[in-house]
Amino acid sequence: MNPLLRAALALAVLAVPGPVMAADDISALRVCADPNNLPFSNEAGEGFENAIARLLAEDMAIPLEYEWWPQERGFLRKTLKAGKCDVVMGLPAHYEMAETTQPYYRSSYVFVYRTESGLDLSSLEDPRLRTLRIGVTLIGDDGVNTPPAHALGDLGIADNVTGYMVYGDSEDPERQAEIVKAVADGRLDTAVIWGPTAGYFAARSKTPLTVRPVADVAAFRPLEFEFSIAMGVRPGDDRLRDALNAALDRNAGRIAAILKDYGVPLGDDGDTSKEVRK
Amino acid sequence: MRKETGLGWCRSTLVILAVTAIPAVGRTQNLQDMMADESQWIMPSKTYDAHRYSTLDELTPGNVDQLQVVWTFSTGLKAGHEAAPLVVNGTMYIVTPWPNMLYALDVADGSLKWQYDPKTMRASKGVACCDVVNRGAAYYDGKIYFNTLDNHAVAVDAETGKEVWKTKLGSINKGETITMAPLVVKGKVLVGNSGGELGVRGKLSALDARTGEVVWQAYSTGPDKDVLIGDDFKPFYEKDQGTDLGVTTWPPEHWKIGGGSVWGWISYDPKLDLIYYGTSNPGPWNHTQRMGDNKWSLTIFARDPDTGMAKWAYQIEEHDLFDYDAVNENVLATIPIDGEPRDVLIRPERNGHMYVIDRATGEVLSATPYEHITVSKGVDLKTGKLLKVKEKEPKSGRITRDICPAAPGAKDWQPSAFSPRTGLLYVPHQHLCMDMKPMETGYISGTPFVGAEVSMYAGPGGYRGEFMAWDPVEKRKVWAIREDYPVWSGTVVTAGGLAFYGTMDRWFKAVDIETGKVVWKFRTGSGIVGQPITYRGPDGRQYVAVMAGVGGWPGALVAAHLDPKVPFGALGFVGAVSDLPEDTAPGGMLYVFALPKGAGQ
Repeated sequence: MNPLLRAALALAVLAVPGPVMAADDISALRVCADPNNLPFSNEAGEGFENAIARLLAEDMAIPLEYEWWPQERGFLRKTLKAGKCDVVMGLPAHYEMAETTQPYYRSSYVFVYRTESGLDLSSLEDPRLRTLRIGVTLIGDDGVNTPPAHALGDLGIADNVTGYMVYGDSEDPERQAEIVKAVADGRLDTAVIWGPTAGYFAARSKTPLTVRPVADVAAFRPLEFEFSIAMGVRPGDDRLRDALNAALDRNAGRIAAILKDYGVPLGDDGDTSKEVRK
Repeated sequence: MRKETGLGWCRSTLVILAVTAIPAVGRTQNLQDMMADESQWIMPSKTYDAHRYSTLDELTPGNVDQLQVVWTFSTGLKAGHEAAPLVVNGTMYIVTPWPNMLYALDVADGSLKWQYDPKTMRASKGVACCDVVNRGAAYYDGKIYFNTLDNHAVAVDAETGKEVWKTKLGSINKGETITMAPLVVKGKVLVGNSGGELGVRGKLSALDARTGEVVWQAYSTGPDKDVLIGDDFKPFYEKDQGTDLGVTTWPPEHWKIGGGSVWGWISYDPKLDLIYYGTSNPGPWNHTQRMGDNKWSLTIFARDPDTGMAKWAYQIEEHDLFDYDAVNENVLATIPIDGEPRDVLIRPERNGHMYVIDRATGEVLSATPYEHITVSKGVDLKTGKLLKVKEKEPKSGRITRDICPAAPGAKDWQPSAFSPRTGLLYVPHQHLCMDMKPMETGYISGTPFVGAEVSMYAGPGGYRGEFMAWDPVEKRKVWAIREDYPVWSGTVVTAGGLAFYGTMDRWFKAVDIETGKVVWKFRTGSGIVGQPITYRGPDGRQYVAVMAGVGGWPGALVAAHLDPKVPFGALGFVGAVSDLPEDTAPGGMLYVFALPKGAGQ
């Protein structure tokens, strides 16, 4: 077992001495998740969303059950909406296709670069980005891509940009790691990617890497670079949503510890409870 | 043993046969003869020239109202059924959407002879962009060839249903799938890939029909050696001339995941010995990250089928903005141009123009709007360039309204038919516009982003589809039937003066091609997005067959139970057809029709 996971699990077990509250009519926490999408989830339960789901299930004193499906286009339709599960972790708060709980963390897009490079990047308007070799993740639906890909394109920065499909190669057990590896081994000078992905793989890199949030983003509105992340339930499943919200409240500190263990860069100075209490 | 002998004979003599039309001898049947034989339908386009025209004339506007169902066959599947049935030597073959079952049915009574399960990976369902469709199979030399969603080309013995070979051509774990129907030319099975949105590099592969070994592969992006461009390459327009344009028309390295997939139709001209096909949109980059022409996306290629080497290429549109894949059918015909007969290629393009192109040289002879267009103003015939309307260029974070045609184009994959008798092209197509605007958030693979909401809606007049007759000589619409929904089915036209097509609201229709009037219609169980065919049965009667089963990109709303309240589902198509569930449920069913016995004699 991955040491971080073990730590997270131990923490979860130690911190919750017994069932705090059993939600009478909720017999199991049925979660749909990607079987191979670290750092979020995998079939071995090694992702931080796995750890958080485990923590909440224990807190609610109900078994945790998984339905595995790759988190690609149509994921919610084929899983949550098809009734194969009741909960999806890691949805943007207020995501339109589901009912979302209160957010349990907030993160941002970040720069990743080799610490020894001393680049100290934090702004997309940094003139050095015109010549540095930059990696971005691509989505490709309707020409829609991640915010950094759009922002750099709008600035006319394209020739020195390399794209990596956010889906990666599904046969790779670390399918999203490639872009961070490219920074570590010098194929890229920096990558501008979603914080949790960057933080997790940067922490595992032999080459020391620095992860810094993208700042000064007002000029790029309506592009957003920070997102609050929640859990999704089927629209109208208010009882489950409320039970999850209560469990999130009770476990805010433990969730923060899990996120910290996984290297997830947190918005609001890492104080997730601020977001949760809102 | 018998098969081996036949194969060798056929391979060495096919070219000669195609030209001199020596009658078929023994068991090996000549493809050209089979194409002309009205009791056969051996490829989705019926013939290499993609006419989808039958000389059968038993069915006429006068008697078609007596048409009735003879037999049916249910596939038990809910995805879109886009394939054309094949009829070969008394057997009908159908390929289903995922899991891509191949069924062999006795044409006489519909009894099931055998079924072949390619065991298409379940995971491929999660990869396909727009429903898990398959557009059909092709017959050649005793075998049925088709492709699976998980990137295999398969050859199956037409008599026994036994797999002869199976070749893997791509990997779903990298976003690649195959949905197109193969074409067999000169002993080679031609297969293209899908997945331009997912960072796939488009390519066409030629496989040895006997062994399944790859003979050549032509990429749609990258250096000339990968695109199979050599000394013999003579594009007509200056804009398409130069070295390694598949590299230099992109920011550095961006071509490596540049799209240009090959998921549409291929035609073949035996006289010029050239195959013709088009490539998809450039993906997965946002357009500001791929400044340049992005060759060879949205391009028609003419290639030597033996070597794959390109003879000419014509990029329909540089730097695609609206997902206007150029994969539509290339209808090969000889029509008078300025009084002189000319061998042309006719293309109802996704961008709303009807292109007539000299198929020897790639010169555009005309490009005439056949649909409502707001994003371009015609084609400059001197330069070959599409004249784009600058104000319609989408900017990230801003709303762009009234983009016509919408992303599926004025016409998508659904093939038209050409009657040499009337000289007209019969075209099923869409009538949709769209707005693009930033949406709150999206997310994929754990990664959130600011999405784009693409909302599609009916074009001017409030209808969403049309079935039209087009005169490529006079460059005008002769008649048109407006349809409530996009007409997403193929069509077939006959010497009896009829064209058949289906609608998403469950009507299978026969049209009098003289008048453009619907003279018969039948209510099928589910909406139709398949390709109708017609053939002479063993009893001498004329039959018409079509698969119903709504789905595909617009029909995914029903087939995949998308939420009609979320207008940007299925890349914005849901908003355009949100009423579809009120008219149809999913479910695949093959229908075979004929006149009552004796009625047509």
